[in-house]
Amino acid sequence: MASTFRDWKAILVFVGPALLLFTLVMLIPIVWSVGFTFFEGSPIGGFEFVGLDNYLRLIGDEDFHYSLLFTLRYAFTVTSGQILLGLILALFYVFYLRRGSSLVRTLVFFPVVVPTVAIAQLFVKLFEISPQYGLVNALLALLGGDSLVQPWTGQGDTGFWVIIIMDIWRAMGFYGVLLYAGLIEVPTEVIESARMDGASGLSLVRLIILPLLRPVLTSSLIFSLNGTLKVFDSILALTGGGPGNTTEPLTLYMYKTAFRYNEYGYGSTVVAMLATLSLLVTLVMYRFARRDVAQP
Amino acid sequence: MKSRHVLWNVLVVIVVCVTLVACAPPAAEPTAEPAVEPTEEPAEAPEGVIHYLTVQQEDEGWPLLLSQLTTECQAEHPGLSWEYEYVTQDDLSQHIQLLAGSDSLPELFNYESGAPLIDLVDSGQVVEVEELFTDLGIMDALNPAAVTLLKGLVNGIGLYALPMELNVEGFWYNKAIFDQYGLDVPTTWDEMLAAADTLNDAGVQPFAVSGMQAWPITRLINGYVVRYYGYDAMARLIAGELSATDEGFVEAAQVIQDMALADYFGPGVNTLDYGPAQDLFLQGEAAMFYMGSWALRDFNNPEVNLIGADNIGYFNIPVVEGGVGTMADYSINAGLTTSLGQTAYDENPEAVGAWLQCVMPKYGDQAMSELGLITGFAVSEVPDDVSALTQMTLAELAGAENGFPWFEAYFDSRTQDIATSNAQLLVTGDITPEDYMAELQAAIDAQ
Repeated sequence: MASTFRDWKAILVFVGPALLLFTLVMLIPIVWSVGFTFFEGSPIGGFEFVGLDNYLRLIGDEDFHYSLLFTLRYAFTVTSGQILLGLILALFYVFYLRRGSSLVRTLVFFPVVVPTVAIAQLFVKLFEISPQYGLVNALLALLGGDSLVQPWTGQGDTGFWVIIIMDIWRAMGFYGVLLYAGLIEVPTEVIESARMDGASGLSLVRLIILPLLRPVLTSSLIFSLNGTLKVFDSILALTGGGPGNTTEPLTLYMYKTAFRYNEYGYGSTVVAMLATLSLLVTLVMYRFARRDVAQP
Repeated sequence: MKSRHVLWNVLVVIVVCVTLVACAPPAAEPTAEPAVEPTEEPAEAPEGVIHYLTVQQEDEGWPLLLSQLTTECQAEHPGLSWEYEYVTQDDLSQHIQLLAGSDSLPELFNYESGAPLIDLVDSGQVVEVEELFTDLGIMDALNPAAVTLLKGLVNGIGLYALPMELNVEGFWYNKAIFDQYGLDVPTTWDEMLAAADTLNDAGVQPFAVSGMQAWPITRLINGYVVRYYGYDAMARLIAGELSATDEGFVEAAQVIQDMALADYFGPGVNTLDYGPAQDLFLQGEAAMFYMGSWALRDFNNPEVNLIGADNIGYFNIPVVEGGVGTMADYSINAGLTTSLGQTAYDENPEAVGAWLQCVMPKYGDQAMSELGLITGFAVSEVPDDVSALTQMTLAELAGAENGFPWFEAYFDSRTQDIATSNAQLLVTGDITPEDYMAELQAAIDAQ
């Protein structure tokens, strides 16, 4: 291994192209975008240096505050749901379905490979109220009359929960498979001996399985939190951030600011805040994971 | 050791090959013609491609008409050809921004007349149409009223757009439903509300409104405001003579909120997109539909219009008691206009000029005969088979004494967004009329 790391020509050939590509499509745009935060304007009207004005503007921008809180609320709710349901699915695959789980795993994983826009359209139709009732409203009308029927995606509070349900359902199969992969690596002997010591059901999961799954759980949490903090397409396709801006995350606010209002500098500042938030969350998660590993 | 060297050499060869392929100049396009300059062709024969960036599909509306006319022109100018590029309306602004940033706007492109177009004009990226058309001798292809309308949207600084269509807005109603419930065509807002109440009580949805698009809601607010303050209400608002917090504006927002909360717009108004809202009206599920005459394309299409074109009537925005606006004032607009890119024109003025001279004088007639579409271009003869609805709309336009634009015409992008997105909250009762107008005025002050 040491000799491989000393072979600079091999490193150049194997890492160089990827590093070059990464620099071109990731690092340079990031630096460029951070540079934009000190300017205001648009490609048509030109740019003007404004110093820290864009950062100061964030402090008093109520729409930014709302979108930030919405993003955090959305990210923590969806991540909790995705990981919890993913874990339940993984346990179900390993301890209940066992060898026969492949068909169920494939079916539950299916929404992961379906385009987000298609899933959003499916949910729009499911929760539709006009011009005709979707499945949910039709069932509610059947069970309890028209008083239970709601414009689910047309109200901020109910719209939020429809988004949550959709995004949890869409991704739980992925986390189910990820945690399943971690779970089958847990030695059978450990589980058997725990059982012989009297552990079963919840106590077996809490005391034996979860501690052994912790590295995979941490990775899943980082994946999920970073994905949900940057949510864009599913909300755009389901509610468009509306009604008003009631379901508008930071990414959508950034998109509107930069590309609809032509305020490229302020839009870049919003996205710089989002990137910082994602970085902080990831660092906290890594710190948390490292401390766990260090513990005896 | 030997195998390692072989592997190393293979890798180096692959990397070099990939690099050479990636850096090589693009392969020359296969050409049917030999690469010899045609010396026989007259020097003045224009050659070039006219690009059109548009939000309409190739087989509909403006692209269809321009494509047909270009094909006709090719008999006279075989060197002219036509290229079409579609972009969704949501992405149009961003697309134009990026093209303008690299000074590569095409010969023709859709863009919104008003504040966004003024930015392009200020940066010298759009052709002044009146001067160009006068030079080309085709200024009489344009309807003078449409020219005045378009100039007004850019504060009179010139003519920077083509009126590919000319629309009058108002309420379209289902005659059979009105007859069934003994309703007269309303002339006052109160009469319209009374009619809506009768319909609502009878279980008929009074209005089809697309809250998802949001602008159909602000159109109603605009209608009330204009009838309250007169046709120049929005111009006076933007000039600072009126404030959005004034009584008439707040009353307008209150009336529209009351209409929504009384279920006049049906359930889940904010979940209804443009197409389904129009379908509600054209399938007889809703009695009235506020829309522009661009909808005639669908009204005249029996596959879409299930209630029949003869069953659709029109009435202008009713007057408001105590207001100064009259029924002779109409909401008139040129829809999403088409502009000419200055750089693309400068690169090949002969070709663009020849194309304009050939296509523009025929556009009005072609639109009327092919699609029954009313445009801001001169029409030499109205065909006999044009639909009754189109004839009625032409008559309404002819009777207009004053025209006024849509609610957001004078707003910048941020203010437009505040007006429309807050309108969604207004109809659900999540924002008060006072707050709606206060936020709007704050945005106007900041623009």
